[in-house]
Amino acid sequence: MTTTATTGNTPAPAAEGPGPGVLPLPETAADALVLLGGLATVVSAFMSWTWTSDFPGDLTVYGYPAGLQIIAIVGGVLTVLFGLSRKHVRGLAWLNPARATNPVFLAALSAFVVTWFAALAIAVDLGGLVNLDPGAYVAVVGGLLALLGALGLPHAEGRLRGYFGKPDHLPRAALPAPWLQRLLITLCAALALLAFSYGIGINDDDSETFIGFALLVVFAAWALNAAGLFERFSELNARHQGFATGMAFLAAVAFPFTQSDDHNANLGVNILIFGTVALGLNIVVGLTGLLDLGYVAFLGVGAYAAALVSGSQYSSIHIQFPFWAAALTGMAASLVFGVLIGAPTLRLRGDYLAIVTLGFGEIFRIAVNNLDGSSGPDVTNGPNGISNIPDLKLFGFNFGEGHDIGGFTIGRFANYFFLMLLFTAIVVFVFKRAADSRIGRSWVAIREDETAATAMGINGFRVKLIAFALGATLAGLAGTVSAHVTYSVVPTPYQFAGAAPPNSAFLLAAVVLGGMGTVGGPILGAVLLYLIPEKLGFLQNYELLAFGIALILLMRFRPEGIIPNRRRQLEFHETGQLDVPEDGLPPGTVGATKAEA
Amino acid sequence: MSDTATATPDAPPTTVLQATDVTMRFGGLTAVRSVDLTVNSGEIVGLIGPNGAGKTTFFNCLTGLYVPTEGKVTYRGTVLPPKPHLVTKAGIARTFQNIRLFANMTVLENVLIGRHTRTKEGLWSAILRGPGFRNAEAASRARAMELLEFTGLQHKADHLARNLPYGEQRKLEIARALASDPGLLLLDEPTAGMNPQETRATEELVFAVRDQGIAVLVIEHDMRFIFNLCDRVACLVQGEKLVEGTPEVVQADERVVAAYLGTPYEGAPDEGTAAEGIPAETEATDGDHQ
Repeated sequence: MTTTATTGNTPAPAAEGPGPGVLPLPETAADALVLLGGLATVVSAFMSWTWTSDFPGDLTVYGYPAGLQIIAIVGGVLTVLFGLSRKHVRGLAWLNPARATNPVFLAALSAFVVTWFAALAIAVDLGGLVNLDPGAYVAVVGGLLALLGALGLPHAEGRLRGYFGKPDHLPRAALPAPWLQRLLITLCAALALLAFSYGIGINDDDSETFIGFALLVVFAAWALNAAGLFERFSELNARHQGFATGMAFLAAVAFPFTQSDDHNANLGVNILIFGTVALGLNIVVGLTGLLDLGYVAFLGVGAYAAALVSGSQYSSIHIQFPFWAAALTGMAASLVFGVLIGAPTLRLRGDYLAIVTLGFGEIFRIAVNNLDGSSGPDVTNGPNGISNIPDLKLFGFNFGEGHDIGGFTIGRFANYFFLMLLFTAIVVFVFKRAADSRIGRSWVAIREDETAATAMGINGFRVKLIAFALGATLAGLAGTVSAHVTYSVVPTPYQFAGAAPPNSAFLLAAVVLGGMGTVGGPILGAVLLYLIPEKLGFLQNYELLAFGIALILLMRFRPEGIIPNRRRQLEFHETGQLDVPEDGLPPGTVGATKAEA
Repeated sequence: MSDTATATPDAPPTTVLQATDVTMRFGGLTAVRSVDLTVNSGEIVGLIGPNGAGKTTFFNCLTGLYVPTEGKVTYRGTVLPPKPHLVTKAGIARTFQNIRLFANMTVLENVLIGRHTRTKEGLWSAILRGPGFRNAEAASRARAMELLEFTGLQHKADHLARNLPYGEQRKLEIARALASDPGLLLLDEPTAGMNPQETRATEELVFAVRDQGIAVLVIEHDMRFIFNLCDRVACLVQGEKLVEGTPEVVQADERVVAAYLGTPYEGAPDEGTAAEGIPAETEATDGDHQ
């Protein structure tokens, strides 16, 4: 790559005494405004925002915040905390190690966006500003004051553009005691679980609340990132990798216990299936760099294989395997299918491979559609699919029935959620170990430069085929569970692009959006891509449009994905490199060459 | 580890690489025409020629990237398979004219890729992580670090390859090639774009490689570098081998000078141009690569 110096990106602000902010305010006044605005937002949440309970979430009660009001409280508290963190308040220094203005601004922006969105939504939904109660006015004014105050705070750059970045250098912090580090990771996992279960728990009809929630999450995460806390946290994670992974799984295990409604567990298990398949695709796309546009077919192969041996009366072969055998059958079928597709196609590179895999993906769906006894042999029952797939029974445990565990009712979908979580754990385990090994390195080498990789002794075809087959096998494993969760297997979901996941386009988007080559990325991408269409029902026909716009914006502003792989981040943002060579070229390099030659 | 590097300086030289009558045609264009070349153990052989003479094409025939239209290439007596990874496995490693590192991998990982052919842990052992896997991984790392020390890059093991300065990227390519424990190292313009200090450092590095018992075949335009370094030089012009011999012989050959500079005009003094003409070439070709 080029070695152009990255000067002029940030005009190196003076070390101390940042200049004035965008708004010319005295610093004390600006601070006061931020705190006042944040507090006002919090207080407003305890007042009535509208007179009628027609607006989703019932915001009419004094002293009892609900729906968007709870979200406003979080935004307000965040604003106050970040506002105080800039001052030397004891116990808050960790929140904003660089004492930067940006996180204060972004926190205030989150409060502003949530309150103004709420007021506008009330006015639009109910028909006019007259529907706003005093609480809404307080909230709107509070949000605005906080934002104006944040803009008045001293800032290194003094331009609005500079308010969104994160500090170049974080002051080194002494690490807390190891038990405290672990506690922090645990708390973060709990917090993530809380946010996730709150988001998934929002009623499907309360699109307004969900949008408010999504806005808050985006801006709050942005504020935390701007404060450098994500960087700190990933350092902690790197130190306690096993512990952090364990905590993440513990949080996932705890998820069904936070839900009273089995419907949400259904969402949870579908997200897990989607995320697991995306993780398998990440081996193919993220590590090996093979663009596979027909990957969902492998999920389909696994699902059909499991359905055929499930003992359903619609299955063309009337046998019933125990689940472990069915899972192995699904994996084996996907493996065979993966090798069969991979062997001829993997000799192609780049765009050609993408088109051929797209073709094979569609061939699978169309073939399955036609193997119905009239246009072909009767294997898959055609468009009707294989339905009435019986529930699993493992060791006398019937997955179809609810069970009571310690006072919590664990419903059918929650049972499958636990099973799928086990499979996700297996896939994460395989992914991590494979990525960090001789074979994983050769995948990355193939992605980086296939010609050089073969010249270094890597059998490109073989290594690519292994990646392809492993990805297919893992997708097939997820497919076996998915067949039982949904009772029936039909051809339609296994298409290239559709309005609802899983389909190849969404899978690829989950990988790219979340972050290629990472474990967390595809899973986070799967959560977003599944939850957002589910909760924003009003989008309906515009779903794909909104999805496309979101992807374009993301690729413009964060091409490495939400959770970037370290390599990818360095590839796209040459500033802030982890390892800049400390000593440049030897003295007297350029220019001297010709004179001396 | 470097068991292939067995030849001691005292042992009688054995033929490492023998290319017989190698011809490479692309459609109607004959890029390389019946070239013979041998490289003996403990020898540094140079391959020179004007741009477009077919040097890199010949290299690609040796490394399996191209399958020669006619002729055969043998390595230690066995005919080379027509696949690059098998050629590397057989014991021929190469570097590239335009650096082809794995830019987004660390320096250490780049060298570990070079170890690929000498290790065989597959997917299963990666997942199961038995003692065999861990030992092999540790041994690979140790050998890679050894090579980084040999090339003087040990303190940059964790840097991304893309962030290395140009000269160190060239060194890393050599380290990566050495990681496959080759018996023959092919260097394609290892000093292109380097300044004189870096060129001298490369020279020493190549001598050090030779002292480990690895034969070296090097393409280069920098004549000072070639004539300092090589035991034998072959000159390729328009796909054919014009002359082969010791640096002195090649340096004095009029046809080589003519190939580089064009035929001298009638009545020009023959003596002297040969001596001065070739160093002058250095400047011309250096200019091409910057």
